[in-house]
Amino acid sequence: VVIAGGADDDTMVINGEIEMVTKTAAPEHMDNVSEIMSGWHFRSDETQALQLDDFDNPGMIFVDQAIDAWNTVEGSAEKACASCHEGPESMEGVRAVYPKWNESAGEVRTLAMQINDCRTNQMGAEPYKYDSVPMASMEALISVQSRGMPVNVAIDGPVAETWEQGKELYYTRTGQLELSCASCHEENYGNYIRADHLSQGQINGFPVYRLKNAKLNTAHGRFKGCVRDTRAETYSPGSPEFVALELYVASRGNGLSVEAPSVRN
Amino acid sequence: MKLTGLTAVVALCAGAAFAEPIAPGDVQYSEYGAVEASLSGAAGDPENGAAIMVNRGKGNCVACHAVTALSDAPFHGEVGPTLDGVGGYRSAEELRGIVANAKMTFEGSVMPAFYKTSGFIRPGDGYTGKAAKEEDLTPILTAQEVEDVVAFLMTLQDG
Ligand code: HEC
Ligand code: HEC
Ligand code: HEC
Repeated sequence: VVIAGGADDDTMVINGEIEMVTKTAAPEHMDNVSEIMSGWHFRSDETQALQLDDFDNPGMIFVDQAIDAWNTVEGSAEKACASCHEGPESMEGVRAVYPKWNESAGEVRTLAMQINDCRTNQMGAEPYKYDSVPMASMEALISVQSRGMPVNVAIDGPVAETWEQGKELYYTRTGQLELSCASCHEENYGNYIRADHLSQGQINGFPVYRLKNAKLNTAHGRFKGCVRDTRAETYSPGSPEFVALELYVASRGNGLSVEAPSVRN
Repeated sequence: MKLTGLTAVVALCAGAAFAEPIAPGDVQYSEYGAVEASLSGAAGDPENGAAIMVNRGKGNCVACHAVTALSDAPFHGEVGPTLDGVGGYRSAEELRGIVANAKMTFEGSVMPAFYKTSGFIRPGDGYTGKAAKEEDLTPILTAQEVEDVVAFLMTLQDG
């Protein structure tokens, strides 16, 4: 039962110039929701304000750290990201279409998987831990190049099967509490569950800086926490299940602006 | 005959306050999801029921429901309806069924079952995120705790 008016009507303009789409018509593949909304609308004014200016956004500190990492030579090939990709601006548009199919590997790749593929196969460096701060920071640096662009993840062709698997997971009621993602983020967004105002669980803002743990958090880290809260055995960050779920959840945000790094409580 | 005497005493107690609780798998729900008899065989304690309703590790009912009588506990949720007055328009039998397994009353409800131990998908070990250790989980509330919550709900007469 969705109570109308659960999300506020504020508009998001970043740094006084980037106009963000934070509410728009739901993509055609979604059945029970007519309008999709950024999680930003469900946060307090104070939390919202932190995202409006990069000088106030604590997530930008991690972006700065990732710029250093981008230029740092690591691994047996003695290369940095910059050796092959020039500046981070070369990544414009990339975040908006991930996860996406990688033809040569024959797999659906999340941004994190692609980053680690470059680290291991191109640089001969150690992979980042999937949901670690260095990984989240690099994802944030790449995402910020697409800020304001609409999420536009493909769901057909070679990714169709993975997308279906993700959808199945989204609607599966897990754990002793028998709750699915949809129980909270589709049937109850706008409602309070204890102290928290339930959003649609969109990931257009990931990686997210959370005031609660004062660091950047990955989407898989968030999924894990939400599944754990159903008193279930979670999947691991980077697992095939969470990759499929990420593809599906990302596609539910098709049309919203890429927002990362966003700020949440 | 010492032994017989002891057995007799135990039997007497069981007959009075400590009857065998009905196991979660043996609870009989009516067509509409109500449960006739006390799960523990004893009456409920409304004061303890109120404590369970606000306890995060127990009922945590206020996560989803607003209850004016429990307004000392912070942050009442709105996923479920307010429970003010529920004891006035629902019977103890109906409330027992709803608390034990709300899905027997409301098909597909998001309200968790508090007296159910099997049939879960990826059951976890509490809130650890790890796999459950036993095949049958411990129910979230004991038979007596369900009775205590029902007794408290019955005190909510005005809405
Ligand atoms: C030695 C060269 C090389 C280095 C070093 C390198 N990459 Fe790459 N990167 C590539 C190639 C080649 C591709 C295309 C891969 C493909 O399509 O299979 C690519 C693709 C990518 C993509 C996907 C772009 C798209 O449009 O889908 C991202 C994101 C990326 N790299 C990030 C990084 C990061 C971050 C680093 C440093 C940690 C890095 N790369 C280091 C060669 C490199
Ligand atoms: C018991 C309720 C519950 C369930 C079930 C649940 N979540 Fe959440 N989720 C929350 C709460 C509460 C928050 C924090 C407030 C918010 O943003 O909605 C949250 C936040 C999120 C966020 C962050 C949104 C943002 O803008 O920062 C994402 C993404 C998310 N959930 C995805 C999921 C997915 C995917 C599933 C299923 C695997 C799931 N959730 C299951 C309660 C739940
Ligand atoms: C995750 C959310 C959630 C939790 C936790 C929860 N409930 Fe509910 N409850 C609901 C919803 C939603 C309904 C409405 C029934 C429906 O449509 O599914 C409901 C209905 C009820 C009703 C029936 C109200 C009426 O008007 O007939 C009672 C009584 C009730 N709940 C008591 C409790 C008690 C007691 C607890 C804790 C032991 C509890 N609930 C925990 C979500 C919840």
